[in-house]
Amino acid sequence: MAGFSHKTIEKNSILLLVLVLVVVSIGGIVEIIPLFWIKSTIEKVEGIRPYTPLELAGRNIYIREGCYNCHSQMIRSLRSDVERYGHYSLAAESLYDHPFQWGSKRTGPDLARVGGKYSDEWHRLHMADPRAVVPESVMPGYPFLAETELDTRTIALVMQANARVGVPYSEEMIANALADLKAQATPDADASGLLARYGDKVPVRDFDGDPKHVTELDALIAYLQVLGTFVDFDLYDPKRDDNDR
Amino acid sequence: MSTTPDRDEVTGIQTTGHDWDGITELDQPLPRWWLIIFYLTIIGSVLFWVWYPSWPVWMDGEWTFTRGLAGKTARDDVAAEMAQRAAAREADLARLEKADLGTIRRDPELLRLALANGASAFGDNCAPCHGSGAEGGPGFPNLNDDDWLWGGRLSDIEQTITHGIRWEADPETRLGAMPAHLRDGLLGRADVADVVQFVLSLSGRARDAEAAARGALVFEASCAACHGLDAKGQTFVGAPNLSDDIWLYGGREEDIFESVANGRAGVMPAWGGRLDAATIKSLTLYVHGLGGGVEEEPAAAGE
Repeated sequence: MAGFSHKTIEKNSILLLVLVLVVVSIGGIVEIIPLFWIKSTIEKVEGIRPYTPLELAGRNIYIREGCYNCHSQMIRSLRSDVERYGHYSLAAESLYDHPFQWGSKRTGPDLARVGGKYSDEWHRLHMADPRAVVPESVMPGYPFLAETELDTRTIALVMQANARVGVPYSEEMIANALADLKAQATPDADASGLLARYGDKVPVRDFDGDPKHVTELDALIAYLQVLGTFVDFDLYDPKRDDNDR
Repeated sequence: MSTTPDRDEVTGIQTTGHDWDGITELDQPLPRWWLIIFYLTIIGSVLFWVWYPSWPVWMDGEWTFTRGLAGKTARDDVAAEMAQRAAAREADLARLEKADLGTIRRDPELLRLALANGASAFGDNCAPCHGSGAEGGPGFPNLNDDDWLWGGRLSDIEQTITHGIRWEADPETRLGAMPAHLRDGLLGRADVADVVQFVLSLSGRARDAEAAARGALVFEASCAACHGLDAKGQTFVGAPNLSDDIWLYGGREEDIFESVANGRAGVMPAWGGRLDAATIKSLTLYVHGLGGGVEEEPAAAGE
């Protein structure tokens, strides 16, 4: 190539920057963009539903407290993971997670399928003082969650924001956010609207052992108790054309 | 900054011509060994593209991707490994699954299998609540002793593991309620205090004999239906024995007061949907064998 010298690029920082961006973005364009159209990117499975307002609030606490710094929610397709935690995670299971909680940093165990594995009481004791139930645990205690009333002022807005990025929260769901949130954490409340909107399998009970208040612990336990419980893997066929990847 | 390439006086090697405050840079070629490895990684990446699923391609009117010559994915790999593991254990697990609990217990080889399998499943699934030595803790029963809430026969333990306790998602779960006697207005505060003295008296610890005597009447009226007139508990409602000084929620006066006043309702998940039948049988035998297993009644022994 007559007249071309690498020196021209190296000596012109703007040109260098632009060319670096071009080269780096080729990988992204080729490997990422087609995923939006490849039909097996997100597997087709039954049962995935958006989080209820209470679960979503719990998810926000999970993120606020930085639980993801030590806990992943991604069971890798490795024998060691599958034997310990169950079926490997599917992209479909994070369909309504914005942002998703995948990761590879596991100071604590993976939580992708922790739902239903322990009782609410266990979670209450464990959050207050992890070493009360797991003597070898290095997790910090979160006793304040049980004492802190859940801030529900923004939950409808959070749902609206999620709806904007594709979570199918209907206007009815958003309008009833507060009522649904309270109904899920209050035993003997009328939860028929909640169940009609989010499905019969939504667990409705007093999660934190304090029926008078909806606390942050209520929300967090409600969230943890549904993790990994949506998909029935007996019905999942990884070799079906639109699941195969 | 001068850009005139120059020869370095000491080494005799050409410089790059870059000059920062008199510091110049030798124009050394990259070491040969480094370059060779660099080119090999490039070749390697091409092999990876060909061998594994990698490139998105437009084919037959839709986006898909190259499947790779290996013809498999990481998901296939793990499925194959799990199938291999299952195959290695299949014969053993099938024997456990087919045999009933009594048969397994009488067959030393099957029992050894079940106990090994049970111990490993216990560590994975049960230890977080019941403790790695099954010693329990406040609210979570010790499984080493012969004090059973829901019965310690093999069939009882299997039922508890399979369907859980107060696990609302399982219609066959074990149900029993210790009411909140004070909170729900079933008993007055004085009655609760009396009955607590009575319960303490059962393990010889009553502080106030008169109150305990009054409490005996309250107990007969309000508690005996579940805990029995002798206070030895009844496993079909999960009512604990109150006379043995073993306490799930603590045996101090204030603990017992709390139990009577506000009720207790410990929950155990149902494992029927999570664990296979052979594993549940293994766990049953493991827990039964920890020390406190109760024998089947003669009529049920052969089932």
